[in-house]
Amino acid sequence: MRKIKEFMIENLIFICGMASIFFVVLIFLFLLKEGLALFNIESPLKFLFGKSWYPISEPPQLGIFPLILGSLLVTAGAAIISIPIGVGCAIYIAEIAPVKTKEVLKAGVELLAAIPSVVLGFIGMVTLVPFVKTVFHLPTGLTALSGSIMLAFMAMPTIVTIAEDALYSVPKTYKEGALALGATHWQTIWRVMLPAASSGILAAVMLGIGRVIGETMAVMMITGNAAVIPHSILVPVRTLTATIAAEMGEAVVGSEHYFALFAIGIVLFIISFAINVTADLFLHKRQ
Amino acid sequence: MVKIEVHKFSAWFGANRVLRDMEMEIFKHEILSIIGPSNSGKTTFLRTLNRLNDLNPYFRMDGMVELERQDVRSIDVEALRRRVGMVFALPLPLPLSIFENVAYGVRMHGEKDKKKIASKVEESLKQGYLWEEVKDRLDESAFKLSGGQQQRLCIARTLAVEPEVILFDEPCSGLDPISTAKVEDAMVQLKEKYTIVLVTNNVKQAARVGDRTAFFLGGELIELDKTDKIFTAPHDKRTDGYIRGKFG
Amino acid sequence: MRNPHRTQNIAFFFLFLATLLIVVPVGMIVVIIIQKGLPAINWQFLTDIPRQGMRAGGIFPAIVGTLYLVTGAIVFALPIGLLAAIYLSEYSKDNILNRLIKLAIVNLAGVPSVVYGLFGLALFVIFFKFGASILAGSLTLGIMILPIIITSSREALESVPQSFREVSLSLGASKWQTIRHIVLPNAIPGILTGTILGLGRAAGETAPILFTVAAFYLPQLPKSVFDQAMALPYHLYVISTQVPNVDEKIRYGTALVLLTLVLFMNLVAIIIRYKFRKKKKW
Repeated sequence: MRKIKEFMIENLIFICGMASIFFVVLIFLFLLKEGLALFNIESPLKFLFGKSWYPISEPPQLGIFPLILGSLLVTAGAAIISIPIGVGCAIYIAEIAPVKTKEVLKAGVELLAAIPSVVLGFIGMVTLVPFVKTVFHLPTGLTALSGSIMLAFMAMPTIVTIAEDALYSVPKTYKEGALALGATHWQTIWRVMLPAASSGILAAVMLGIGRVIGETMAVMMITGNAAVIPHSILVPVRTLTATIAAEMGEAVVGSEHYFALFAIGIVLFIISFAINVTADLFLHKRQ
Repeated sequence: MVKIEVHKFSAWFGANRVLRDMEMEIFKHEILSIIGPSNSGKTTFLRTLNRLNDLNPYFRMDGMVELERQDVRSIDVEALRRRVGMVFALPLPLPLSIFENVAYGVRMHGEKDKKKIASKVEESLKQGYLWEEVKDRLDESAFKLSGGQQQRLCIARTLAVEPEVILFDEPCSGLDPISTAKVEDAMVQLKEKYTIVLVTNNVKQAARVGDRTAFFLGGELIELDKTDKIFTAPHDKRTDGYIRGKFG
Repeated sequence: MRNPHRTQNIAFFFLFLATLLIVVPVGMIVVIIIQKGLPAINWQFLTDIPRQGMRAGGIFPAIVGTLYLVTGAIVFALPIGLLAAIYLSEYSKDNILNRLIKLAIVNLAGVPSVVYGLFGLALFVIFFKFGASILAGSLTLGIMILPIIITSSREALESVPQSFREVSLSLGASKWQTIRHIVLPNAIPGILTGTILGLGRAAGETAPILFTVAAFYLPQLPKSVFDQAMALPYHLYVISTQVPNVDEKIRYGTALVLLTLVLFMNLVAIIIRYKFRKKKKW
């Protein structure tokens, strides 16, 4: 009797163990199910590289190239800001900060990670956007730059946490060896610790960027959402994610517009999949 | 009377052969001590008898290990472990109260009657020479006991499931001499009812409590004989060397 | 020759600066929201429905909606996540399947939140015909927080010493008995921490609920799991961008309530973790 019960429980455990695989596949299948219909109407190349996104004109123009550029621009900006600051902060926390300060700083980073993106978007709207507008004398502060700055803050906790982890797991003997040879603390960090932790830090950067590309709410609230090919970081742009979030509410189920938004979902899914798998490989290389 | 019989028994962890062609008989109601340097395969041998090695996915064995003429691999593993109890090297109380530690095995075997459980706990603690010291504090955490008390608690816990064989894996390695003496006393008393296999790094302990003593070296059984024979006139030079070295 | 100690001082200064650039803005964000939001907080704001096109009144339906969604998400995700963690920690072997599961978890954690929204729309709202509803939103959020719960529960389970398992098994307990009576009870604080962090995440997310549940304006409370509901993060989005001329105070107040809710959950999780670490018995 007990054996039968345990047999059933253990099967249930096995099924739940498979749940993550099941859900990843399910997500992809349902994106495909709703998104692939677009390619009966539009060629994939025209979808990816079409220069105009006018989903409700007649006939609709469904080129996401401006959106891809918008995402890339905002992400690149966020990466340029967040990588040096994030890695720098990770080094400071892992190597330099005294123990008590370390705990406080870590809590601060965790706090940042916990703030909902809509709250960050709101704060960006009321503080950063007017600031960017005045500093650069722009007609609007809702620009790619504002988006990049705000998104940098969303990437930083990921970068700091994982990079700090990578630095922490460098064997103590490396460091002691370098110090024993008379290297200064900074030389040890620069020549020994960073190279030894490089694959982990690379993974941290990639996951941070993944976070930025997928970010939706803050970006929708502060980048201005103009679906045109951007020529500078001081103009409004629209990202892939913001397009879905802003337009799905109005898209008619089963329309070309609806299919196109799901097709964007497929693109995002594939990007995040590629980033996560690569980052995971880097993390495993370290072990 | 043979309790456990080992024949052509070898064991591997991955590609690493840790035990080689073992031949051994263990009799009822004896204390068999196993001595030998570390990494000689003593503990692996012990953990074969209750199939605790099965937890290691790289473990592989060949040959025959029988408990009362029955291959241990053919016995239901839970039933086997009830019959072959184990006391570990370090005192390892479960994170439960003193009472619950002893009651744990009994409960897991389906006993629900509270009175029966309570009397079994008392009986086992008495057999483990711990009852007098803990009878007024049975609900306290087992971690509050001293190391020696914890180890006797672990013995009582093993006794509570009424095993036939008890495996001791260096049971006194973490204990002071007085606690060690108490545990050894308990072992000697216990052989009246149980078959005992004792792995020890302490050669003197083997000499004190073992009826027979086996010497392991590099995964092989070098010699197995009456304890006084092993310690006074061993056949093999290596046994002699080890014992001398240890007595030094 | 350059002086290595001067180089070190300069480098350390920049590292310190980088740290400040993260920590100071975080502090400022929190302080600004508290400072400007606090005046809006009163009993009416917390318990009244929104009035005058969300330009006055309170945010009660949004608070309730968020609590419903979070509860629904955890009811779905905790059992599955916990059992999945048990599988990974206690049963899985070091093989390809195990590797695949871990990869799937990493990917599940990395899927953009708006893609979860699309998925929830396609599967729960349209395919299962739940409509935009608390049920659809909760399930979507539940799948989204699954990786958080699995990862933290697995860590908690794996931190229970192997020796406890060996002792329990050596006494003839079965594998499941060992898990049920020894491993799980000792992993509860860690599991709880992960669950609460998942709750916090679910409470703060907007994109997954955009098309699966969130109502723009709904001046009454939902009556069943098939009703739409307002939710705090979506409400903040709406009054910040979709409704003109909303008093700043109300926006900050809403942000403050949401932030407090989320940070409170994180704080509880941190406290549990801290206390547990201190009184660890082994």
